[in-house]
Amino acid sequence: MADITIQNLVKVYPGGNERANDDVSLHVADGEFMVLLGPSGCGKTTLLRQIAGLELPTSGAIAIGGRDVTYMPVHQRNLSMVFQSYAVFPHRRVRANIGFGLAMRGMSKAEIDKKVDWAAELLQLTPYLDRFPAQLSGGQRQRVAVARAIVVDADVLLMDEPLSNLDALLRLSFRAELKQIVNQIGMTTVYVTHDQSEALSLGDRVAVMKNGRITQLDNPLRVYSHPANTFVGGFIGSPPMNFVDGVVHDGQIDIGGGSFRAPEGAEDGRYTVGVRAEAITLGDPADPHTVPAKVLVVEPLGSATLLTATVGEHSIKVQVPADTQVAAGDQVKLSVPPSAVRLFDLDSGEARTP
Amino acid sequence: MSVSTTAPAKERAPQPSPSRARKRSPALLLILPSLIFMLLLFAYPLAQGIITAFSDPSGGFTLGHWERMVGDNKFIPALRNTMLLIVVLIPLQFAFALAMALLLQEKPRLSGMYFYFWAIPLAVSDLAAGLVWLSIFQDRGYLNSVLDGVGLPVVSWLHYENTTTMFIAVLCAELWRATSLVLVIVVSGMQGIPKDYAEAAAVFNANYWKRLRHVILPLLKPSLQVALILRTILAFQTFAVAQALTGENFPLLVGETYRWYNFLTNPYVASAYALLILGISMVTAVVYLRVLRDQSQVGKR
Amino acid sequence: MTSRPDTEHGTATTAPIEVDKRPLRRHQFNRALIQLACILISLFMVVPIYLITISAFSTRQGLNEFPQPLWPKNFSTETMATFLNSTGILAATLNSLTVGIGTLVLASLVGAPAGYAIARFAFRGKDPYQLFLLFTRALPIVVLSIPLAQVFLATGLYDQPIGVILLHTALSLPTTILITSSVFLSVPIDAEEAARIFGCTPVGAFLRVVLPLALPGIAASAIFTFVTSWNEVLGATILTFSNRTLPAQVLSTLGDSPVAFRFAGGLAMIIPSIIFIAIMRKYLLNMWGTTIR
Repeated sequence: MADITIQNLVKVYPGGNERANDDVSLHVADGEFMVLLGPSGCGKTTLLRQIAGLELPTSGAIAIGGRDVTYMPVHQRNLSMVFQSYAVFPHRRVRANIGFGLAMRGMSKAEIDKKVDWAAELLQLTPYLDRFPAQLSGGQRQRVAVARAIVVDADVLLMDEPLSNLDALLRLSFRAELKQIVNQIGMTTVYVTHDQSEALSLGDRVAVMKNGRITQLDNPLRVYSHPANTFVGGFIGSPPMNFVDGVVHDGQIDIGGGSFRAPEGAEDGRYTVGVRAEAITLGDPADPHTVPAKVLVVEPLGSATLLTATVGEHSIKVQVPADTQVAAGDQVKLSVPPSAVRLFDLDSGEARTP
Repeated sequence: MSVSTTAPAKERAPQPSPSRARKRSPALLLILPSLIFMLLLFAYPLAQGIITAFSDPSGGFTLGHWERMVGDNKFIPALRNTMLLIVVLIPLQFAFALAMALLLQEKPRLSGMYFYFWAIPLAVSDLAAGLVWLSIFQDRGYLNSVLDGVGLPVVSWLHYENTTTMFIAVLCAELWRATSLVLVIVVSGMQGIPKDYAEAAAVFNANYWKRLRHVILPLLKPSLQVALILRTILAFQTFAVAQALTGENFPLLVGETYRWYNFLTNPYVASAYALLILGISMVTAVVYLRVLRDQSQVGKR
Repeated sequence: MTSRPDTEHGTATTAPIEVDKRPLRRHQFNRALIQLACILISLFMVVPIYLITISAFSTRQGLNEFPQPLWPKNFSTETMATFLNSTGILAATLNSLTVGIGTLVLASLVGAPAGYAIARFAFRGKDPYQLFLLFTRALPIVVLSIPLAQVFLATGLYDQPIGVILLHTALSLPTTILITSSVFLSVPIDAEEAARIFGCTPVGAFLRVVLPLALPGIAASAIFTFVTSWNEVLGATILTFSNRTLPAQVLSTLGDSPVAFRFAGGLAMIIPSIIFIAIMRKYLLNMWGTTIR
């Protein structure tokens, strides 16, 4: 096992002008679970493939465990990977699939069998060892792919959207299992996904990517609560963060149609104001710091109820407890705690919260 | 255990299952013309050919034509040449086609143009191919011109006494003409293999040769099998290339059939030859299918 | 753009990685070797065609020169003109065209419906039928030609283009059926069903929706049939006597024709092939890939 250092990595695909990766620097500590998160085309998979050696960087450097691997051929890097398509070899039985990496490393037959049995046990594949992949379900093939990846003694485990081909129910249950397994073996892991809930639930840290760059690198809770810019706030969370234009003056934020208290130490000026839906509560009508709003839509989600409300000309999502008595058309007062308010630059969208 | 929830339903256009009984009639109606046509033009001549090969002019049964065929002094050379050609040509051709396909797989610049060049002989007839190589191998041909130009002695490649050089000439022409067919089948087979497999193998420490041996070749096996059977059967029918290059001097089985029919006007012996070629082709195809049976497909579909 | 400087796991504190460029250079060297190999193979494939072209466009005396020049030094259209004007060649070319087009039409008419049936219907006997097709593909042409010649002699079809058309149709029918079935398979059944829902009859749905979508593929298969017929020499030679097709004419006069004539004939037969491959390039892989199985 080892750490990964990436310095000023730039990738331009041949024949293209755009930088798929634009000056990316990143350090993944030994044993850390790093998630690369972003919409499609943000360069997260390109970055992963360069760590794997499946693409060669245009400039910059990559080191694994202190050893330069920037241009090293893939098969010399001592890696392990789970592919989005699983890439489980259809012509090999499950046993030979799991043992593939071991066999390529020249391990003895007895040792391979021992390790394969261990991995199969861990992923509940023991009854299927003598089957061909065509005889397995999609979920089982996925397990074979994971078993093949964890059985080798690799420096780094790479995962490229491993759960995206599973259906929603299976994805949720396997996510927890995957986290447990990776925790148990303690491998340095880089995990690519476009699914923010996956990123938050799995990662020790999350690198949010946009346009080939890392736009925020933090632990999951901070990425969620303190987005570095409006892009991250809008990408992460369901529903995404509410954004409205507002003016801070004398410790108050006026969003047109209502005002509430600004966070401590906010400078006067015009901002994009961001608040998470679940931070907003239905407040006491007597409280002067509440904002009058009209409920447009009520969506019970089971665990909570999601309201779409209008404040002035803004549309705002509010998440309230499931037992709240509220109906479309109701006039309500919204209470916004100052600690939950995030301020962003009006032009660049970068966080300005003190 | 995880449940098999991902249904492969999207992969293939579903067969319309309702009212099968009603759909059967249009299907039979649609294939009927082709069935009649082929029975008339395949089954009937085939039966006729078998009868001809075993009957004397008065209509009785005889093995005389077969004896005459085997006893002819060109029979053994024709059989030997045909077999030798196949044994040498097919492995060479497959190695060559595979190398070409792997080169294209690396996506070199201009690969589209290369593929076009390499596919041109696919549509060239065997007769034309023979004539093309005649311009190279004839005594005053381009090969001897080049040899002479660099100060090497010239060779009578196609002289009737030089069996070996005639063989080389026919081999070159066939390699040039018919490798394209193998190439196209292999390339389309390779395109059907997602690149993830090779990438996964590389990630798990397999170098290029190991990837080839453990992943690409096994996955290519169905395509190779098809190409092998098709190409071998066609190789038994090699004829016009040798005719164009050597005339009658390099006898092959089909060439002998042609000679017996056209020049010796003996359809009986010609039919015996034709049946012999058919028999050898069929046996070869069956042997290939047995030897190359694919295990991983057992559970599929 | 980047968020807070990440001091804890900081990247700024690490020393720059020394990049080893040797694997990159080896990679680039390999790419160059691949390019070189491709060029060499292309030369092997193209140079023979170039050589027969300059042979066919040389003067008769030029062809007797030794050593032969590797460039068109004795350029002349004389040889080609002599070939084209010699007895039987024009007629044979016309015969080849007649036979090719006749085969194309007949094979498409008989084969395409069967291909459609295989693509769209599940019917009893489908597997044996497909096996039968595969079997017929493997039949050597001689096996069919000789008995057919006897039959045609008896029925008056001998030495007629129609006789050769029948043989060539039989030879290309299995391929036509398999190719068209894969073409129809690639036409989404949804489109057909949508047409049915909006009131088309089965035949109407086929004509208005399926056929337009399948036409390029069917055209590919038809051109392939034409080239098969254009190239076929043995059967055509056996089934004709005076009404030769072009390859049959060249083959039967091979023994007593001068080399110049042979080269001109070779080139005349190759030119349609080159055009064919140029047109069909993008269909080649589909045709062979999906149909042969």
